[in-house]
Amino acid sequence: MKKKLLSVLLSTAMVAALATGCGSSEEAAAPAEEATAEEAPAAEEAPAEEAPAEEAASGELIKVGIINNDPNESGYRTANDKDLKATFTAENGYDASFAYSLKNDEQITAAQKFIQDGVDYLLLSAADTAGWDSVLQDAQDAGIRVILFDRTIDADESLYEASIVSDMDKEGETAVNWLKDQGLSEYKIIHLQGVMGSAAQQGRSGALDAAVASDGWTLVTQQTAEWNAEKAQQIVQSVIDSGESFNVIYAENDDMAKGAVAALDKANISHGVGKDVIVMGFDCNKWALEELLAQNWNYDGQCNPFQGVYIDEVIKKLEAGETLSEKVIIMDEKGFDATTITQDEVDIYGI
Amino acid sequence: MQTNEAKKSNESNFLMKIVKNQCFIPLAALLLLALFNLIADPSFFKITLGYNSAGNPVLSGFLVTILDSGSELAILAIGMTLVTAATGGQDISVGAAIAISGSVLLRVLCGSNSRPETLQAPIIVAFLVSCVVAMLFGAFNGVLVAYFKIQPMIATLILYTAGRSIAAWINNNELPVISDTTFTYFGEFIPGIPIPTPFFIAVACMILIGIVLKVTNLRLFTQAVGINESSSRLNGLNPAFIKVLSFVILGLCVAVVGLIKVSRISTINYSVIAKDIEMDAILAVALGGNALSGGKFNMAASIIGAYVIQFLTTTLYKFQVQSDALPAYKAMVVIMLVVVSAPVVREKFSSLTKKLKVKEVA
Repeated sequence: MKKKLLSVLLSTAMVAALATGCGSSEEAAAPAEEATAEEAPAAEEAPAEEAPAEEAASGELIKVGIINNDPNESGYRTANDKDLKATFTAENGYDASFAYSLKNDEQITAAQKFIQDGVDYLLLSAADTAGWDSVLQDAQDAGIRVILFDRTIDADESLYEASIVSDMDKEGETAVNWLKDQGLSEYKIIHLQGVMGSAAQQGRSGALDAAVASDGWTLVTQQTAEWNAEKAQQIVQSVIDSGESFNVIYAENDDMAKGAVAALDKANISHGVGKDVIVMGFDCNKWALEELLAQNWNYDGQCNPFQGVYIDEVIKKLEAGETLSEKVIIMDEKGFDATTITQDEVDIYGI
Repeated sequence: MQTNEAKKSNESNFLMKIVKNQCFIPLAALLLLALFNLIADPSFFKITLGYNSAGNPVLSGFLVTILDSGSELAILAIGMTLVTAATGGQDISVGAAIAISGSVLLRVLCGSNSRPETLQAPIIVAFLVSCVVAMLFGAFNGVLVAYFKIQPMIATLILYTAGRSIAAWINNNELPVISDTTFTYFGEFIPGIPIPTPFFIAVACMILIGIVLKVTNLRLFTQAVGINESSSRLNGLNPAFIKVLSFVILGLCVAVVGLIKVSRISTINYSVIAKDIEMDAILAVALGGNALSGGKFNMAASIIGAYVIQFLTTTLYKFQVQSDALPAYKAMVVIMLVVVSAPVVREKFSSLTKKLKVKEVA
């Protein structure tokens, strides 16, 4: 009897979480589309429902509520969501509910719901840095432990247990150090920036700006292409048309690097390992790493979306009663060089 | 008045005619930009024949870039002009609709595998499917506007918000990449022809719409509906149908632009493809001197307007104006246009010229 009730509760929670997930991404789609979109994942989850119910009976399952941004936002987010779903499974001892939104207020509503549901842990990637104090206070009062991932918030540190983030400054430094090691006789760089003001843009631009100032490198152009391949193509095209010479393309994401390369191909400017122009990208999309493997590009910096292991480790420690040595946990992030990258690395780190 | 005009020489009459022509504003803007570039840096007009990395001859230079990138906008301007004329409103979901049609195109080409070695369907089939889908979404917008009488901007806001998510959903959130080089012909160059393909596609669209406007009553009917809906109904037209038709034609334009956009980079990024392109398309219509409140329209002026916008964009890129500042410059153009065409300003202007004429006579 108890078992049955639990499984019913769990399945409704799952369906509800899925419905909110689908709702946020496909709202206002044709009704027929929405129906099929909801049905498909619900059907997939059905067999999994049995397992948590059985383990729940032995009282070992840790309840986690995960609030994330819309997986459609970017390839990074899609990989991030996939990783979390793969980590917080019943086999690993978790009972996870998911909520997605790009809007802060909707995320706060979801957090309140999770608090009412009495989750053990609240995992949060906040859409906005502000406005989280009161809801996190509620969580603390209810004995729920909060772990931030991917994004930090403007709230008192005592309100959360840990924050697992990427160090964008370090990503930039790793890339710029790699560029320094290339030992070019002169550096004439086209710098394609992301959306101005975003953490990724600031970190990745900051390191390059510092190197330009200290090492006397030349910025042929420094423009924001707003993560957009077409804009990047137009900007690089404009440099080519004006006849200026350059030998490095420093694009702050893979899409922009791809757009830049399209412009280079059109003008028959060779790029890649041992060629005229060095191409650098970020984010480690799988197709980008394949370009590295084919030596068409030179470097790709990682922005690690695989936070699942880190969060898992933190929860295991907290459950064992240990204290964390530090609140802010910075993930390992690699930079890949086209001359050393292997197929295995493409498969593991490609998103 | 009569005597005044008679006094004027033929020459000034001719000048008046030119100024009154609707193509005058966009052409003058084009001339102004060209003159600015000529003075600032004549190398702007240099065109060189080179070879791309595949060994095919290509023309390159700023002017070629303008023809290349401006062509997408010109195609959209065709559809947007019709929608504006018929409904007196604008479609702001164009960018999102391009994401959808591009996504459909890739979905058909790739099948279930997002990284196919070979194409799973002929490009023409995939293109036709994406045309149908884009026209259906156009019809959806059109029905909301024509039958439910929702303001066009509000009606298309729905697709504007949801479109990119729908596009991502069509491909299960994956980013398909096409490795077949024939697919790049539409956005780049056909081997052996040094002029970018989008320009040919745009010319084909222009000829097509030119023929349609000449042969059919589309122009007359659209203008009639735009000027006065109820009187056009009294004259036996079906205003709702004309409105939906204009949105469906825009849908077709969207599918063509979707093909070019996706072909350019052989992949798609749902969140940024064709971002803010609707604003440029609307600006092209406005720059063409067409009333944004509907009614009479001049297709050629809109198309020239589209190339003027690209001319402006490329000029700003050349002078390394920060690209996030570009919208501000475009906004300035819009403000000038709106102010100049505002009835209050026009009245003031005409009364001023009248006064001057009176003085002349005196």
